[in-house]
Amino acid sequence: MKIALQVNGEHHSLEIADENTPLLWVVRDLLNLKGTKFGCGKAACGACTLHVDGEAVRSCSYAVKFADGKKVTTIEGLGNEEAPHPVQQAWLEHVVPQCGYCQPGFMMATAALISKNPKPTDEDIDKNIINICRCATYYRMRKAIHRAAELERQRLSLTPKNIENGEE
Amino acid sequence: MNRIVVLLVIFSLGAFYLIGSNKEPPLEAYTVIPEVKIDSLTAERAYEEVMNVLMHPRCMNCHPTDDIPKQGMDRHPHYFGMSRGKENKGFSATKCATCHQEANNLNSGVPGAPHWSLAPASMGWQGLSRSEIAQRLLDPETNGGKSHKELVTHMTEDELVLWAWNPGVDANGIPRKKPPISEEEFKKAVEKWFDEGAPVPSK
Repeated sequence: MKIALQVNGEHHSLEIADENTPLLWVVRDLLNLKGTKFGCGKAACGACTLHVDGEAVRSCSYAVKFADGKKVTTIEGLGNEEAPHPVQQAWLEHVVPQCGYCQPGFMMATAALISKNPKPTDEDIDKNIINICRCATYYRMRKAIHRAAELERQRLSLTPKNIENGEE
Repeated sequence: MNRIVVLLVIFSLGAFYLIGSNKEPPLEAYTVIPEVKIDSLTAERAYEEVMNVLMHPRCMNCHPTDDIPKQGMDRHPHYFGMSRGKENKGFSATKCATCHQEANNLNSGVPGAPHWSLAPASMGWQGLSRSEIAQRLLDPETNGGKSHKELVTHMTEDELVLWAWNPGVDANGIPRKKPPISEEEFKKAVEKWFDEGAPVPSK
């Protein structure tokens, strides 16, 4: 099957033998983007989280056939050293990672959250950021998520008055 | 004595002839019975069969009354704290479609079908009796304004409803159990029940 997709702004046309191949392996093995991680392989831990058309998905359980014609964003496409994404900036400020393996998934999930809800409450974070970190960096992550949201609001020049109540 | 022997010989010959002949009677001898399909599916039986399916975990798990989807034959709460959310599809960033796609994933065991979501809260069935579920199903106030005809269409054609007969495998690769009757039997039961006006027994 021929798959045409855009990954981090670049167009790719790929010949895929098995259309049910997880998007994760296409991104990692065919496109050599190793930031997205394999964790559980059952869409349970979130290490493989990336964005498809702006929505967070668990790429280990996302057949590549569903990505045909869509825009995929991986951790490599979120930002860069010169212009980090608010989530990346916040993660740096709070020195969130320990071993770091699960962090790209958390960061992609957080980027999706603050793009839809620029002022998440602790409850919103509990509901939406349900990935698993075996180093238990959750405490630092929560602070970084609030900081990322703050940076995102600044980026969008939003004031508290014109932020909709983002309660889930 | 001689007479008895003669009679036995005649009787034996007659018996051998009858056993050995094995001739089919001529076709004209049969009475042709017209093929009449006997429809044994009564409205009551159709109702029971429909309800047996609706109350099976494959259906009930996504018709909660506490906004929490259920999983498995033991109907445990969905892992990861997932809940209904504003549009029956989870939360703003982590929603049903974060994991559930338009088809079952046989690698991960994550089930999927088009428009994967919880049934609306008004269609919560968990904990209700058979007749209460039936009433909630039939009532346009709770079923999203659907007529009987629309309900038949929904129950016999909707891909998410029919997923119950194509439920894929679980996280351990074990096929999920299907409802107690086949998809075709269910469709027949639905049509029969609604053809008869969808009566709900009072018991």
